[in-house]
Amino acid sequence: MQSRTVLTSSDIDRAVTRISHEILESNQGSQDLVILGIPTRGAILAKRIVDTIAKFESIDTDAVLGTLDITMHRDDLASKPTRNPAKTVIPAGGLDGKVVVLVDDVLFSGRTIRAALDALGDYGRPSAVRLAVLIDRGHRELPIRADFVGKNLPTSRDERIRVLLTESDTENEVVIEA
Amino acid sequence: MKHLVSVADLTREAAIAILDTSLEMSEVNDRDIKKLPTLRGKTVVNLFFEDSTRTRISFEVAAKRLSADVINFAAKGSSVSKGESLKDTAQTLEAIGADAVVIRHHASGAAHMLANSGWVKGSVINAGDGTHEHPTQALLDAFTLRSAIHTDARGKGLDGVSVAIVGDIAHSRVARSNLVLLKQLGAKVYLVGPPTLLPNALVKRADGFSYSLDEAISTFKLDAVMMLRVQLERMTAGFFPSEREYARIWGLNADRLALLGSETFVMHPGPMNRGLEIDAAAADSKNSLVLKQVANGVSVRMAVLYHLLSGGENE
Amino acid sequence: MSEFTLVNATMADGSVTNVGVAAGVIKFIGNEVMGESIDAKGLVALPGFIDLHTHLREPGFEQSETVLSGSRAAALGGFTAVHAMANTMPVADTAGVVEQIKSLGDEAGLVQVQPIGAVTVGLGGERLAELGAMANSRAKVTIFSDDGKCVSDPLLMRRALAYVKSFDGVIAQHAQEPRLTENSQMHEGNVSAELGLAGWPAVAEESIIARDVLLAEATGSRLHICHLSTAGSVEIIRWAKRRGIKVTAEVTPHHLLLTDELARTYNPVYKVNPPLRTDADVKALREALVDGTIDIVATDHAPHPVEAKECEWAAAAFGMLGLETAASIAQLVLIDSGESNWQRFSEVMSLNPAAISKLADQGQLLAVGNVANITLINPAATRVISGGGASKSSNQPFEGIELPGTVIHTIYRGAFSVRDSKLAK
Repeated sequence: MQSRTVLTSSDIDRAVTRISHEILESNQGSQDLVILGIPTRGAILAKRIVDTIAKFESIDTDAVLGTLDITMHRDDLASKPTRNPAKTVIPAGGLDGKVVVLVDDVLFSGRTIRAALDALGDYGRPSAVRLAVLIDRGHRELPIRADFVGKNLPTSRDERIRVLLTESDTENEVVIEA
Repeated sequence: MKHLVSVADLTREAAIAILDTSLEMSEVNDRDIKKLPTLRGKTVVNLFFEDSTRTRISFEVAAKRLSADVINFAAKGSSVSKGESLKDTAQTLEAIGADAVVIRHHASGAAHMLANSGWVKGSVINAGDGTHEHPTQALLDAFTLRSAIHTDARGKGLDGVSVAIVGDIAHSRVARSNLVLLKQLGAKVYLVGPPTLLPNALVKRADGFSYSLDEAISTFKLDAVMMLRVQLERMTAGFFPSEREYARIWGLNADRLALLGSETFVMHPGPMNRGLEIDAAAADSKNSLVLKQVANGVSVRMAVLYHLLSGGENE
Repeated sequence: MSEFTLVNATMADGSVTNVGVAAGVIKFIGNEVMGESIDAKGLVALPGFIDLHTHLREPGFEQSETVLSGSRAAALGGFTAVHAMANTMPVADTAGVVEQIKSLGDEAGLVQVQPIGAVTVGLGGERLAELGAMANSRAKVTIFSDDGKCVSDPLLMRRALAYVKSFDGVIAQHAQEPRLTENSQMHEGNVSAELGLAGWPAVAEESIIARDVLLAEATGSRLHICHLSTAGSVEIIRWAKRRGIKVTAEVTPHHLLLTDELARTYNPVYKVNPPLRTDADVKALREALVDGTIDIVATDHAPHPVEAKECEWAAAAFGMLGLETAASIAQLVLIDSGESNWQRFSEVMSLNPAAISKLADQGQLLAVGNVANITLINPAATRVISGGGASKSSNQPFEGIELPGTVIHTIYRGAFSVRDSKLAK
């Protein structure tokens, strides 16, 4: 198996910083902002984004940051091995009227985000939902696009993208395997 | 995992995975919209050869909250009474297209039979078979105890926790399932009851036993006592002389509750015979987990249904 | 009637010789040849096997077995005589029923079918059946048993033992204390406790055997104990025999081979009464068969229809097939184990059962002038058991197990009932 690094540790850090700024810019500040990471690596990226925002804006991290597990909303439960669901944490202020930014590591078919939108509906009614991803590798199967993208990475279908983050993998890089 | 017939089928990891999922399910049960689309299009049949409204409702709610279709099938007859046989009933359910059959049966081994017969293709969940096992009860007991002991229970077992199961061990499917599951999770399990209801073979698998509840309380540092329901027909069969004597020696009353101390949890699978195996003082004390056990039933059964019914063929 | 010679057959003592049969009797044992020559090289020639405990189910339960289908299974298993247990419908408790069973057996003509009479009316355990009438009938009943049920009333048992002395009969007891075994499903022990199946304690068998050997001593009567299943029972029989009590005991093939661990499958094919016991019991039973404490192997062949076994354990019927596998298991335990020899094999499979039943022309050593009831087996062959064989039922507990020895020829009264492992008719 061949693998090559497409994002180094500093590339990832730069991308996270840029996305954080773009979110603040498009939201015109941090008011009514809720950032929900999709476990596992989306949740880590969401935390990095919120930590970055906290450097520029005075925010209460707990009121902004959350996680949204989408396991029970997936459409491939019957065909893939059973996954153990992860934790969903919705900030105490709820989601009603908030601008929710969903964060995931890789945007591919769009099915995960479809499930996330479905799951979100069970927790409240945001005024808007945005999507931030570290990598957009194309091959969409649903009409879904990201608002904030770390890097667009054209791939072939049989290639595998692996996002490695210090918090879960000790490494901090994105590699592509063929 | 295809079936849940016995807790012995669960590795420690699998049991903890179910308990962790139950934790997520209990959060779903706390929110306004108590529904997940997870098992949309699946059909769950509650096949009850024995009346148990509580268990049936618990499974029914669990399945419905996961968006499965639920069919309740109360089968009165059995091949003993020359009614419809288990096989015929099972084949009827197969024709309906059941993805899971939740079976409650008065005969030990009925769930095992159904799971291994080839009569049904779906998953089989044992909701209590005779005096054999009641795996979802043991899972909800373990879940309740784990949540009571650990503030962040996720990923944890019951290592070092000591539990006494008290009463009619011989005829209790709850005791059998708990003995195996609690030990699998690392707990120490003690069996307490009259010698007539404490089979040697089970005692050998426990970490200790006593014929006296008082002795058990003073000897084993108990984190929880699990009181079993006394079936009154055991008295007429001569397993113990009278209700009064049973309550006096093996009942959990206010005095024994005080001896146990404030750190020990009180559990009971229900329905309770108040004044017999458990007093109001114990059942309603602040250490009692009885109501939590009932509430957790749905979450644990949702987790079990999810683990059995999701997942492809080639695991 | 045909004349033939079994050429180069191995006798129970190991010698190799020819056996000539004509007009239904053994004409010679030696080097001559007469009539048709049948190559018996490598085959052991033994006195035809006798089963003291067979459920032929007719009359009343013909969906499970008939006298004819049971006779076929018996012949294929090397038997030249079987004893038909009394728990039919109607119960074999009158001269009329036992005579009917005997004539059905004669009509089938494959083995001698010797009826066993019930001890009590309708197996009810309350009043003695007409034991004398059955003894004096054309069926000449000598063994009486309520098998399936225990004659649990001690007074009735005492009376029955005493009564059969007048015609040298024997009471074959199904030793099971009923109160200690209410709703019992399997051997009481570790496995039953784990499986949550109601236990059948060893003491329920042993207490009845202890009582009955003392009653047999007091009455001076003959007592036979059916299907001994526990190590404790062996000890009691050993004690009783040392004391000179006239007691004989049988063991079934399944109790010599299978244990209660099989119940873990919850497959009711392993549900039997008395239940499969533990390894220690199996070991004690095998030793007792070798040392003579146990006198015979008897099959307790108990056919049941599919619906009685294809259900939950508690709802299933007790019993398993045994006629076509018994000799193989006896060979396994006595010969292949190296513990005993073909002479002992002949005793437990033929000579001793005939003596208990006082059957004429059966269970005799192969000797000139004796009626030619001969079974030839190939001890070197092996087979994997599959299905119910000639029985109408298929509750086969040995399914998938490889057993040694096959029955090649069964000769009943000088004619082949089985030839080359196939029924002759």
